[in-house]
Amino acid sequence: MSNQKMSGAALLIKALKELNTEYIFGYPGGSVLDIYDALFVQDDVKHILVRHEQAATHMADGYARSTGEVGVVLATSGPGATNCVTGIATAYMDSIPMVVLSGQVPTSLIGDDAFQETDIVGCSRPIVKHSFNCRDAKKIPEIIAKAFYIAKSGRPGPVVVELPKDILTPDLEFEFVMPKNIKMRSYNPTSKGHPKQIKKAIAAVLSAKKLVIYSGGGVVLSDTAEQLTHLVESLNAPITNTLMGLGGIDGTHPNFIGMLGMHGSLEANKSMAGADVILALGVRFDDRVTNNVNKFCPNATIVHVDVDPTSISKTIQAHVPVVGDLKTVFNQLQTEIDNSDIQIDRAAQEDWWRQINNWRDQKCMSYSKDSDKIKPQTVIETLYKVTNGEAYISSDVGQHQMFAAQYYPFAKPRQWINSGGLGTMGFGLPAAMGVKLAFPEKESVVVTGDGSIQMNIQELSTCMQYGLPVKIVSLNNRSLGMVRQWQDMVYSGRHSFSYMESLPDFVKLAESYGHVGIRVDNIEDLEPALTKAMAIKDRLVFLDINIDETEHVYPMQIKTGAIDDMWLKKGVKA
Amino acid sequence: MRRILSIILENEPGALSRIIGLFSQRAYNIDSLTVGTTDDKSISRITITTQGSEKVLEQITKQVNKLVDVLKIIDLTEVSHIERELILIKVMAANEKSRASVTRVTDVFGGSILDMGKSTYTLQLVSSTEKLASFIDSLKNETDIIEVVRSGALGLNRGDKALRVS
Repeated sequence: MSNQKMSGAALLIKALKELNTEYIFGYPGGSVLDIYDALFVQDDVKHILVRHEQAATHMADGYARSTGEVGVVLATSGPGATNCVTGIATAYMDSIPMVVLSGQVPTSLIGDDAFQETDIVGCSRPIVKHSFNCRDAKKIPEIIAKAFYIAKSGRPGPVVVELPKDILTPDLEFEFVMPKNIKMRSYNPTSKGHPKQIKKAIAAVLSAKKLVIYSGGGVVLSDTAEQLTHLVESLNAPITNTLMGLGGIDGTHPNFIGMLGMHGSLEANKSMAGADVILALGVRFDDRVTNNVNKFCPNATIVHVDVDPTSISKTIQAHVPVVGDLKTVFNQLQTEIDNSDIQIDRAAQEDWWRQINNWRDQKCMSYSKDSDKIKPQTVIETLYKVTNGEAYISSDVGQHQMFAAQYYPFAKPRQWINSGGLGTMGFGLPAAMGVKLAFPEKESVVVTGDGSIQMNIQELSTCMQYGLPVKIVSLNNRSLGMVRQWQDMVYSGRHSFSYMESLPDFVKLAESYGHVGIRVDNIEDLEPALTKAMAIKDRLVFLDINIDETEHVYPMQIKTGAIDDMWLKKGVKA
Repeated sequence: MRRILSIILENEPGALSRIIGLFSQRAYNIDSLTVGTTDDKSISRITITTQGSEKVLEQITKQVNKLVDVLKIIDLTEVSHIERELILIKVMAANEKSRASVTRVTDVFGGSILDMGKSTYTLQLVSSTEKLASFIDSLKNETDIIEVVRSGALGLNRGDKALRVS
């Protein structure tokens, strides 16, 4: 078999197969027709035809986030490739392993402004982990292997591979040669933490009187939720998660004090502000966490573990930096704890928990249910109830995203799929489709709004073609809710272009694509409708839920303040 | 504070644009930049001079290192190093007096005259970036400068230390 010669396009498909690619998300066009022809004659790698290339990137992304495997996208040159840019940036910001295969005009035409020519490697340069200009058909398998290796190892991220049409042609045939192990002298991600730093880290952690563990997307990406939970329990430490880190520990775990940051819980943000030691694991001290960096946790010794050295001391100076992969570092930390003579000050720890429980008692997530209108928080709580907290939740971006993060306690990592870094509206539906393909037996729910859903609504058609019964829970407030909230709070209620005057009838729209649509206007219909939707196993259900448009997301940090300067309700400060 | 950074990286298409792109994307300065291959054709070496606080420099170093093509980066500013820059200058030398004074200044700085036109001299000097600046100033006092081209700084470690692929 290894001597059999084949075209560049066939080499590509064989390489993808060798790398266990289950799905490619793509859209054909002139420069990639040879690849599509090579796809047609085999059944190993399945292709999902999207309706827009941006959605292909988000589907691959949702597939990657839920499985941990590399998501693969195929687009034609020019507009096909540029349509991928938002999805590549989304994956880049959240460190998602993805390989984007882009067609290109024939080598002889590159630089001539040929039809559908775009320098996609140039366009995507600031938003990729790496990219390859493939110019030699023989090297396709090696480049694809490298692309997968780079996308998945170290801090994961998207890799773009540009393939000019002339190297894919069936007129030229080559032997398939792919390296078994990838070795690159210029790329060697660190896995093990420096032993001295591990020692220092544990000395700080065990000596703490007010310890907080602050963990993020790194725990999810490195599949170390179990180790994290074990560490939390062995230290009996309070733990908070970032938006990206939710599910890193069970959201109902007694030590979990909620999400932190802009819309974090009172107890999480107060604990961070009051901590004497912060153990930061797989996080990057994002501005949506820290609020004003100059006022950030002034009394805390910061121990920061991350696989990417650039994340450490970028915004907040770490006192004990540890560069390493959490997979390895957790074991190192645990061994160091087991061997250490330092005794945890249990009396101080009890005081600290007493303090934290006082903050918890303020019940910052309580909300008023007095109006006739359906509250968005109630929708998420009901969704949690009817799915037993076990659904994969993919979210779009806006108020509904924050409500989902706050009111659906995720039990497991990779259960919560959202565009945290880039904040890409239109992400939710295609991401949930990628999840559904990866886990056909599991419930894949999109939490979205009337604004976000319209940014990739064409994919309802793809759902029909492939029979993807995702459940769409749309919190319809006839507004761009988060924009409107800021306009209420900062711009004296001037709702400049944040409302939608000509929404479609989403029920009819879903039906016209062949799906089930249900509109919910009254609170008493909410739970029955959600239950009914989840009971329909073989069809997509679009729930258009008419919610209270005046609702705001609380708590909310006060701009330029410290991490714990926050609004708890309209007009009520913490 | 002025810094001089030395980078070795894979001699691959697009590698240089990644470095330059990184600097503009993250709003770091580039005061000068030189690039060329080394004795090993598969490796390019870049020297960048830049400005920035300690914290910014730490980020620049880490961010450059993170690029997949980059093998190593060192901050030469921190260590004992040699630094040289080449300048070519065309100046007016239309009469006896200006020719004599241009020749004198060039001699004083240890430069050389590479070419003579009907009314111009073309000069060369290899020196530190600072000394090149005073060379230009001294010439300005004697005659008119027509054209200047500079290579940007080059640097390497003094002594036995070296930046190589290990």
